[in-house]
Amino acid sequence: MAEVRLQKIRHSYNANAGEKTEYALQNIDQVWDDGGAYALLGPSGCGKSTLLNIVSGLLHPTEGKVIFDNIDVTMTTPNQRNIAQIFQFPVVYDTMTVYENLAFPLKNRKMADTEIAERVKSVAEMLDLTKLLNQKASGLTADGKQKISLGRGLVRSDVNIMMFDEPLTVIDPHLKWQLRSELKQLHRRVGFTMVYVTHDQTEALTFADKVAVMYEGEVVQFGTPEELFLKPNHTFVGHFIGSPGMNFLPCEFEGGFPVFNGNRIKLTSQIEGLNSTSKIQLGVRPEFIKIDDDGFPVNITRIDDVGRYRIVKAECSGHNFNVYVPEEFEIPSENLRVSFDPQHTHIYCDGWLHDRKAAE
Amino acid sequence: MIKRVPNQKAWFLVLPVILLVAFNAVIPLMTVVNYSVQETFGNNLFFWEGLRWYEEVLHSERFHASMTRQIMFTSIILLIEIPLGIAIALTMPRTGLGATLCLVLMSLPLLIPWNVVGAMWNIFALPEIGLLGHVVNIMGIDYNFTQQPVSAWITIIAMDVWHWTSLVVLLSYAGLSAIPEAFYHAAQIDTATKWQIFRYIQLPKLKHVLTIAILLRFMDSFMIYTEPFVLTGGGPGNSTTFLSTDLVKIALGQFDLGPAAAMSLIYFLIVLLLCWVFYTLMMRNEEQ
Repeated sequence: MAEVRLQKIRHSYNANAGEKTEYALQNIDQVWDDGGAYALLGPSGCGKSTLLNIVSGLLHPTEGKVIFDNIDVTMTTPNQRNIAQIFQFPVVYDTMTVYENLAFPLKNRKMADTEIAERVKSVAEMLDLTKLLNQKASGLTADGKQKISLGRGLVRSDVNIMMFDEPLTVIDPHLKWQLRSELKQLHRRVGFTMVYVTHDQTEALTFADKVAVMYEGEVVQFGTPEELFLKPNHTFVGHFIGSPGMNFLPCEFEGGFPVFNGNRIKLTSQIEGLNSTSKIQLGVRPEFIKIDDDGFPVNITRIDDVGRYRIVKAECSGHNFNVYVPEEFEIPSENLRVSFDPQHTHIYCDGWLHDRKAAE
Repeated sequence: MIKRVPNQKAWFLVLPVILLVAFNAVIPLMTVVNYSVQETFGNNLFFWEGLRWYEEVLHSERFHASMTRQIMFTSIILLIEIPLGIAIALTMPRTGLGATLCLVLMSLPLLIPWNVVGAMWNIFALPEIGLLGHVVNIMGIDYNFTQQPVSAWITIIAMDVWHWTSLVVLLSYAGLSAIPEAFYHAAQIDTATKWQIFRYIQLPKLKHVLTIAILLRFMDSFMIYTEPFVLTGGGPGNSTTFLSTDLVKIALGQFDLGPAAAMSLIYFLIVLLLCWVFYTLMMRNEEQ
């Protein structure tokens, strides 16, 4: 177990990169506490797998440092770093039994046989693999195989950091849910520092205590699931988290308050220091838009019933946004008026949350 | 109840295939079966002989001898070509110009016609004028493939290895390229040695392509004809006379159609049987 520090990491797959766009990672500065559960969340191509490979030592960064417990490990190999990694596709040694698979990393580290047997036994119990120990690993289902690759990391008690690279991609949906909660329990039990890479917000938000949302090679926000939901740092985070994501509407300013389509929008405080040349947007989640007779009028283009909620697709002079309406609430057929919750309405300047430094 | 209308016209659609199969497989094969149970003295006169030719072939020492040579040849080339092919595939570069270059070089021997390969090696190995034969003799080793059975065998095996190892290389290379990077990463994290990576990742993943490679090389080498025919003509003596060489001698040299037909069928059944055995053995663990 270790605390992991990433200092000013930049990485390019092109050795002579000059342009900013040639860098897969722009400037990553992160501290992951010992024993924490973290997630790297972002769409394909945002650089999250690159970052993971840099932490695991499969890649060496172009610039910057990787520090494990105050020791610079930037140029060391994965086995020197003593990490464990679980890949997208389950990696098992086909010709070995489940037991031999789990014992493999310990055997290679020259551990005594009795100790190996003990550790394998306890990990097999943890992962519910005890009955399968004598079976050939190749015969298992995808989730069984994924458990084996997880187990090969867990048997090593001194692992510095355990990393998951979209580990549930090939797992059946009904098992995904189960494995996800098992992972969370495992983390509490073994206390390894764990980092989970995914493009699935549910996986990230349920697993991690803190999530780093990545976009175009940058960490745009590093925070708890709650922070990501209530106060997205960047329009990207707003879009990416939540389903549907945050609504972003263009607005103008009058006396420190935003005006959307001629309607003055209430905020908790006056906004100051806005740069008039930048693109100003107003962001509000569908959850924080109320049907309100004192609000402004909108047209309904569609209503989707998603169970406990209905999602109303509203339109106001060419701008579309979503509104969550609880199941029991009556939706008027005409003259629908809505208002935004001032507490949860934010202003974004060129994509970034206005005054976010003050907010933190 | 729905009344079924028989529509026999559908058979016409199958007819072309049936005709094709009949003309290129069934009819020729049946002709051979027909010859194998009869005796002919020319003039299109045939006499029923029953299983006599089969008994004769199976008891003939000549057949046993060429069979033994055949099995020896096939075993030797499989033992050389399969490990050598895997070894070469393992050392070939995976990406870049080097990979393309290696693949082209490896494909070249496969593109040369059989009889040309035979002729090339014949000239190459001639003790007086051939580059190989002459150099070996200069080095003080007495080597003459037209006179010494051992030299003839070495030459034929070298020729086959040169001609066909590439096939094993290309198949293994394809198999190796299909292994996801994650397996190597995981092995690195598990501190596996190079040998362990080969033994527990690469070899098991190559199982299917190797099954195909072994089957192809087995069948091809078991039926080899052209190359030894051009290189040694089955000599010196009968030392490099394999089953197919022998068969042609009986059928076309001596014009013994009956025994030749019986031998063809036995030969065919042996190839079929051994292929089945190989395939079953290699796929044995698959169902577990």
